[in-house]
Amino acid sequence: MDSANDQQVSPGRLLWHCRRGLLELDLILQRFIEHHLESLTTDQRAELFELLHYDDITLLAIVSGREQCEETRLKGMVDLLRAA
Amino acid sequence: MSTPIRKFDAVIVGAGGAGLRAAIQLSEAGLRTAVLSKVFPTRSHTVAAQGGVAASLGNSEEDHWHWHMYDTIKGSDWLGDQDAIEFMCRKANEVVIELEHYGMPFDRTDSGKIYQRPFGGHMSNFGEKPVRRSCAAADRTGHAMLHAMYQRNVKANTQFFIEWMALDLIRDEAGDVVGVTAMEMESGEVYIFHAKAVLFATGGAGRIYYSSTNAFINTGDGVGMAARAGIPLEDMEFWQFHPTGVAGAGVLITEGVRGEGGILRNADGERFMERYAPNAKDLASRDVVSRAMVTEINEGRGCGPNKDHVMLDITHLDPATIMKRLPGIREIGIQFAGVDAIKEPLPVVPTCHYQMGGIPTNYHGEVVVPKNGNPSEPVPGFYAAGECACASVHGANRLGTNSLLDLLVFGKSSGESMVEYIKAQPVAHKPLPANAADYSLSRLNRLETQTGGTAVGATRLAMQRTMQAHCGVFRFKHMLEEGVSKITEIEQQVANTEIKDKSKVFNTARLEALELDNLIEVAKATMVSANARTESRGAHVRDDAIDSPEFPDGRDDANWLKHTLWYREGNKLDYKPVNMTPLTVDTIALKKRAY
Repeated sequence: MDSANDQQVSPGRLLWHCRRGLLELDLILQRFIEHHLESLTTDQRAELFELLHYDDITLLAIVSGREQCEETRLKGMVDLLRAA
Repeated sequence: MSTPIRKFDAVIVGAGGAGLRAAIQLSEAGLRTAVLSKVFPTRSHTVAAQGGVAASLGNSEEDHWHWHMYDTIKGSDWLGDQDAIEFMCRKANEVVIELEHYGMPFDRTDSGKIYQRPFGGHMSNFGEKPVRRSCAAADRTGHAMLHAMYQRNVKANTQFFIEWMALDLIRDEAGDVVGVTAMEMESGEVYIFHAKAVLFATGGAGRIYYSSTNAFINTGDGVGMAARAGIPLEDMEFWQFHPTGVAGAGVLITEGVRGEGGILRNADGERFMERYAPNAKDLASRDVVSRAMVTEINEGRGCGPNKDHVMLDITHLDPATIMKRLPGIREIGIQFAGVDAIKEPLPVVPTCHYQMGGIPTNYHGEVVVPKNGNPSEPVPGFYAAGECACASVHGANRLGTNSLLDLLVFGKSSGESMVEYIKAQPVAHKPLPANAADYSLSRLNRLETQTGGTAVGATRLAMQRTMQAHCGVFRFKHMLEEGVSKITEIEQQVANTEIKDKSKVFNTARLEALELDNLIEVAKATMVSANARTESRGAHVRDDAIDSPEFPDGRDDANWLKHTLWYREGNKLDYKPVNMTPLTVDTIALKKRAY
């Protein structure tokens, strides 16, 4: 299911992938989705979906600014998440 | 159209630590094993466990499983079953070493052995002095465990059904468990998973509380399904709380903040701990601080529009000290409370962390219920392990690092029991009852057709606020009584939830409504069980059961040294004895639990 065409990421699937094992990520992602989901472009949704493939520990470190995302093309989405 | 059926030897619901450990046992025995999970396995809540896993390896200094057993029983305030606790503590070394062989990157000593660190409550020689017993992989022990066990399962050909939500347990006429119904999120379609044995490893239900450290997925799905299928729930009044979580968010604030000079204040700005603990003040023990906070809130001196939290103030500290000694605290405040702790106090409240009760099992992982005069008769084909189960090794309070041990030991033992049970069964599966999916389909149909109903989010919030206010870390008779009425009213609202979005594919509104169906069962069990238990024991502390020579710390062994069993039908309670007889050693005799 993770290999699905990124162009077809539905809002429901994106929302569900924001359900994580760590509460901190649930809270950050929920806040982001509430404010930004509607305004995300198709490309941005695909980027967010890709970012959500990171494991919880790494993703929390990235969105908290303690680690850099190794995929530089996701930097824009990381910045949006950090600012949320 | 009839409901499609998938057939397996074993079906496991939940892919956290317990589910993954059991699946290894089953798949490596050559059995066809399906694991259903709402989220990708390595995103299970086990990932949040940092402290380590307890095992008396004795790598750093002398240790013994018997001492670990003593600490666990004392921690449980003698409500834990001593046979299960001996079993767990004796098995600890074996499961930890196995995990190492699976590739778990434990921290090591210079000589290459697993490094062990000290942890609260771990003592040598029956409570004499602290001992280093916790095995960890830096601060990501749970994360490393999930990865090691997931990889082992992939190698063993375990079949994962990821982003599937189990809906209901299927029992035949004799009451034997023969499968589950489950929904594939991607299509919204319901399937029957027909199995010779079913394991629930669905984790805790900490989301019943307004303030919880648990991830959003922790909705007690297995516990709710078991209750709906007529299985009683054991010791649900016992929940572990932490004194300072960010109000409204649940993210923990380390006790080190008070250690560095942080002060708790009520709505009047008063440093209220001076009244409760004139000497230790804000550095009093966890339970004293939690009780004081709840008393302030209950007596109307809470902060905020709902007067439902207090403030943790560090604004008087030098910002340089805060940045140096408490580097994470500012980030937590800004991110989760919208407050810069250097300039403003942080809203905090006692926060739910761990569920001690659950689906009753024995130490083989078999689900047990009272039947024909036997308080613990196994339900054929049904198993449970991890936080959703009650073996009972945590009793009234869990010893730190025993949660990861619980899921390893009982994940493995339930897997072994299932292998044995399945291999003793005829080749053919027991037949499914007629219309095995009807109950689940009727629940879904109700959601589809409900009009004029209640909103899921608002109903869940009402439940969470009720649990927090009426059945939190410190409990009051009148609040519990009122809480039972309130939660019964909320149950009616849950029965009438309405969703606007009727789409099939990844319909998160429907999923949340189904999760709420599970949460409310846990909430009712907790409130009703807590109201009935008129003593204080472990994590269940009532203001009308106070310390006296006859009842140390309010504990009443003459009347309450017994397990609660809550039944959904009729909201009724039953009790069963605590097993005070270990497997091979003498009983750890009752005494006052003092640290």
